[in-house]
Amino acid sequence: MGILEVKNVGKRFGGLQALGDVNLSIAENSVHAIIGPNGAGKSTLLNCLVGKLIPDTGSVMFDGQSVLGRKPHEINQMGISRVFQTPEIFGDLTVMENMMIPCFAKRDGAFEMNAIASVASQRDIVERAEHMLEDMNMADKRDMHAAALSRGDKRRLEIGMCLSQEPRLLLLDEPTAGMARADTNNTIDLLKQISDERDITIAIIEHDMHVVFSLAERITVLAQGTPLVEDTPDNIKGHPKVREAYLGETQTAA
Amino acid sequence: MFGLTKRDSTLLIIVILLTVLAPFILNPFPEGSAMAQFNAGYPDLMQRLVIFGIFAIGFNILFGLTGYLSFGHAAFLGVGSYAAIWMMKLLTMNVVPAIIISVVVAGLFSLLVGWISLRRSGIYFSILTLAFAQMSYSLAYSVLTPITGGETGLQPKVDDPRILDGALAAGQTPRANFFGLEMGTSYELELGNWIFTFNAGYYIAAIVMILAFYLSIRIFRSPFGMMLRAVKSNQQRVNYTGLNAKPYTLAAFVISGMYAGLAGGLLVAMDTQVGAERMFWTASGEVVLMTILGGAGTLIGPVLGAGFIKYMENIVSKINKSVLEQWFAFMPDGIEDFLIAIVYPFIGKGWHLTLGILFMLVVIFLPGGLVEGGQRIGRLFKRKKPSDDAADGKTTPAE
Ligand SMILES: Nc1ncnc2c1ncn2[C@@H]1O[C@H](COP(=O)(O)OP(=O)(O)OP(=O)(O)O)[C@@H](O)[C@H]1O
Ligand SMILES: [Mg+2]
Repeated sequence: MGILEVKNVGKRFGGLQALGDVNLSIAENSVHAIIGPNGAGKSTLLNCLVGKLIPDTGSVMFDGQSVLGRKPHEINQMGISRVFQTPEIFGDLTVMENMMIPCFAKRDGAFEMNAIASVASQRDIVERAEHMLEDMNMADKRDMHAAALSRGDKRRLEIGMCLSQEPRLLLLDEPTAGMARADTNNTIDLLKQISDERDITIAIIEHDMHVVFSLAERITVLAQGTPLVEDTPDNIKGHPKVREAYLGETQTAA
Repeated sequence: MFGLTKRDSTLLIIVILLTVLAPFILNPFPEGSAMAQFNAGYPDLMQRLVIFGIFAIGFNILFGLTGYLSFGHAAFLGVGSYAAIWMMKLLTMNVVPAIIISVVVAGLFSLLVGWISLRRSGIYFSILTLAFAQMSYSLAYSVLTPITGGETGLQPKVDDPRILDGALAAGQTPRANFFGLEMGTSYELELGNWIFTFNAGYYIAAIVMILAFYLSIRIFRSPFGMMLRAVKSNQQRVNYTGLNAKPYTLAAFVISGMYAGLAGGLLVAMDTQVGAERMFWTASGEVVLMTILGGAGTLIGPVLGAGFIKYMENIVSKINKSVLEQWFAFMPDGIEDFLIAIVYPFIGKGWHLTLGILFMLVVIFLPGGLVEGGQRIGRLFKRKKPSDDAADGKTTPAE
């Protein structure tokens, strides 16, 4: 049994079968990549895992418990954090405040009426957020408004915010899109380090094959809403169906 | 000071000074001079300045922090007022129980309204709150007449029970008091041609406002306040960070409802009568204007906005045709009549027209309200200072 078990999940948008009949098992403490062409249904699948969408059919189990029917914040509190395809951060808040909010969510849960003490007096949270910013190499941007960050920095901030929650399952939707090469490599190193050091399972959607092959232990190829194959990176590289359906396409495009 | 940063303490001290010295600040013109009619340092107006300040401070906790725009907050003010006057009729003319009950009742009512309205966001939320307020308004005029007094409203009567107060001496009317100190008590200070009025009711309301302002600073700087700003900035991220946005917004709604109730209770403490018109939608709109005009989401903005609107309302609506004639008397007849004809629609009863134009100008040119205006002026002055900063800036890269 994997930590995440997706069984027979299907999702329709009007006339479009975005997900056909998806079965996916992600082993605990592994890095699992999901690849596939644009519109294959990768983001839709993640949406079904975090409570943004409710699938029409099938079941999603996380650590033996169903996530279906739970609210997004409940699913997060179960230990699933997600980085979105377009960065979802608090643009009006400073970078430091962005980092403190998930720390509060981790410490205090879904709701805590803490309306009198000042934020600055919460030493544990401040320290933790500062530490996280250093890990993300963003300490110098601490007092900037998050909206003013570059696209790559917004992503790194969002990744840091998710990591600060110490999730058991981290879902990354194209985490390196829009990043400069150096930042991409930093992100790869960071994710590698985290998956080595901590008990964390990572599911990553990525178009950049360099990222996929540097990180993934297993790869699922999704096309038109159904998994085509699932295998190790080495086998996927040589798989004729995959080359045809996906890799070939991107390689000629590149 | 009091757990505030230096900047916030400074702000608090400024507000304290402004409110304590208001009888001087608002009475700049000597008695009997032509400008004396523009003095605002009389108790009734000063009381309303601080009470509406409280209303706006509370509104800002909801609107400024979470971005949820309520168009029905006057309902909470009204409910608070009714609760307060009933306390005075039934229990005692002492304002303390009246004010406490107004906060409690408005809090409970806003819990109900918020719980329902917060199922929607954006314009639908605004419409729901507006609908609730208009419903309360019509109910107060119709079905609830036994509690609200309908069109005549409510005021303390000589034969009310007032179980805690002793019997009134013959010929006396019940008066609102603070442990015996009547709200209407005033001390007048004459300095040359100036008369300054220090009114008990005003100072009680002012102390409450200062406390309310202090509390709002604490809320703004707390983790709770930060969560509210997070909700305003990106509710999706809030949810996917494991935070339940609903109780946060509901708590903000109830707190702002309690502030509104407090304002309603104080209005009754100062002027012991209530009518349903204070729940009319224009009253809800006014607090929105105050908050935006002053600067939504800033600490001092709502206080400035409330003061500005109530002060201008008082001044502009007092100007009439004969005042205009006085002002323009030095001009040739034709031009005088022309100017009077142009200005006339904006004064007296036309005050709302002036307010509308002011509001439009602020929203278009100063989206951050009066606070942003102040900051811009501040920056202008800083730039004029000798260029120490600029020199620093140039040397740093060389090092
Ligand atoms: N909320 C929605 N309503 C209607 N259609 C949707 C919705 N979300 C996704 N779709 C459609 O479902 C299909 C799958 O979309 P999805 O975003 O999951 O693809 P993807 O694999 O993530 O693609 P990309 O690589 O471009 O991110 C697309 O055709 C998309 O237009
Ligand atoms: Mg996608």
